[in-house]
Amino acid sequence: MTHRTQRLLTVGALARVEGEGALHVSVRGGEVEDVRLRIYEPPRYFEALLRGRRYTEPPDLTSRICGICPVAYQMSACHAVEDACGVVVDGQLAQLRRLLYCGEWIESHTLHIYLLHAPDFLRLPDALALARSDAAILQRGLRLKKAGNEIVEVLGGRVIHPVNVRLGGFHRLPTRAELDHLAMVLRQARTDAEDTLGWVAGFEFPDLAISHELLALTEPDGYAIDSGVPTGALAGPFPVRDFEQHVREHQVPHSTALHATLDGRPHLAGPLARWNLGSERLPAEIRALAAQVGLGPRCDNPFRSIVVRAAEVLWAVTEAQRIIERYQPPPTPAVPVPPRAATGFGVTEAPRGLLYHRYDLDEAGIVRKAVIVPPTAQNQNAIEVDLRAFIQPRLHLDDAELTRRCEQAIRNYDPCISCAAHFLTLTMDRR
Amino acid sequence: MGNERIVVIGVGNEYRHDDGAAVSVLAQLAAEDLAVDRLTLCDGEPTRLMELWEDAGLAIVVDAVHGHPGEPGRIHSVTVDADHLLADPLVDEESPAGTHGLGLGHGVALAAALGRLPRELLIVAVEGADFSIGEGLSPAVTDAVPRAVSEVRRAVEAHRAEASGP
Repeated sequence: MTHRTQRLLTVGALARVEGEGALHVSVRGGEVEDVRLRIYEPPRYFEALLRGRRYTEPPDLTSRICGICPVAYQMSACHAVEDACGVVVDGQLAQLRRLLYCGEWIESHTLHIYLLHAPDFLRLPDALALARSDAAILQRGLRLKKAGNEIVEVLGGRVIHPVNVRLGGFHRLPTRAELDHLAMVLRQARTDAEDTLGWVAGFEFPDLAISHELLALTEPDGYAIDSGVPTGALAGPFPVRDFEQHVREHQVPHSTALHATLDGRPHLAGPLARWNLGSERLPAEIRALAAQVGLGPRCDNPFRSIVVRAAEVLWAVTEAQRIIERYQPPPTPAVPVPPRAATGFGVTEAPRGLLYHRYDLDEAGIVRKAVIVPPTAQNQNAIEVDLRAFIQPRLHLDDAELTRRCEQAIRNYDPCISCAAHFLTLTMDRR
Repeated sequence: MGNERIVVIGVGNEYRHDDGAAVSVLAQLAAEDLAVDRLTLCDGEPTRLMELWEDAGLAIVVDAVHGHPGEPGRIHSVTVDADHLLADPLVDEESPAGTHGLGLGHGVALAAALGRLPRELLIVAVEGADFSIGEGLSPAVTDAVPRAVSEVRRAVEAHRAEASGP
């Protein structure tokens, strides 16, 4: 309470996030002294277990890092290994990969919007309460998510940890009948995505503005998802091979996930970064629909990230439709990727932000070193900075309400803790 | 009624010791060639459960559970009553509701609220002793696997007998 000079808020296990983490906030004499997002999932050791594996294995092995965004891991891994081997996968195979990635964006974002984040804005405890208060809304969300699942299943062979991705392309190409089915599913998904955008844009958003660095892929001809150049809002664009010189990871005692900075500054990856750095390259139709609901070319309020996610879902649906419409079967499901001794770099836009992989291969194609920088690890610093700014003007709230708001704020970033742990219980210390 | 689909879904993680009970149960059912429309493992995520049991006349979900107080190896067969569930959800309101933390109870309650339960839903729950990281079932759960297999088989046969009428 406000008459206390010292206050401690603790959330021991954050709810409605991907994984296990906790939040610790301490307040001294009316000033927020410390904010720590504590990730306590066990370390994963993926970078170590990849050493000594064949160069063909990282796509399948790293997909196991996350059940929500396995395609992101597969794509960044494929790009990195193919880069090392001097192979570029383009044409219709690249388009099919993009289609698979659109499926993951649709299902991952929709899961977050409907099941994890929207209940906060509706002052409901969870998706179950949303189902009881408005079953039709949640049915729409589940239908939209299923559209994403179906894309992943057709292209990837199954919904979780797809098995059809390989270096150079795919094990099996989709049939025309399968794509026609997806086209039919996507027609309804298009309507559902537009309705979702209108729905979330009508929520009430607390005031908060980010002021830190942003990092996302950009490309000249469109909205970046599976290719592009890493670009900082302040740092500017830089080659992917220089990624580790710009994005530095460091350990902090309170987290099993590494923290990261971009040129020494906390930075944010994900929907807000992508939107602010790339929304002007979205199709005019998407920009117009976003503008209609009040989402302009810049969005600095993390609470409005749910609107950006909905816009990204709409874009992913239309992009998937475009790819299917123009699809011509490539001559083979995959192109050859012979090994060579080299270092390769791969970076794509996972739903939660930029995902970087690097592999050092020897002449036999054995992985000698692997580096993986997931988006949630990059975002931890920015989340703590934003939370500090969010909590300070709200210290008059009682512990229960402040805790609830902090959890909502953390969910703005859709942290994927399993990816980052190399989720939330809140402790607030007011003394 | 006679053409109704029967699905058997196993939920669990074989790398968390007894949480892998359903994996063993389904492996045994597959080895015995249980004649059902779908025999599949699932991570228990509610939307996937709903998709798996969509339009099913009977869905059987096999899962491992904590007992308080527990009796490792004890099997609970619970037929879900949607009307009762809507009136009195078997969900701990304080339990975590992250996508990794949603239990089967949340999934079933969510499906009931959305009108997306199968016509008949049977939960076969095996009480576990050890849910720490690692492979292999505890002796009590190992002993329970054949009994859980028999329970699933019994439920499938009873449903078929009822569906084919007198």
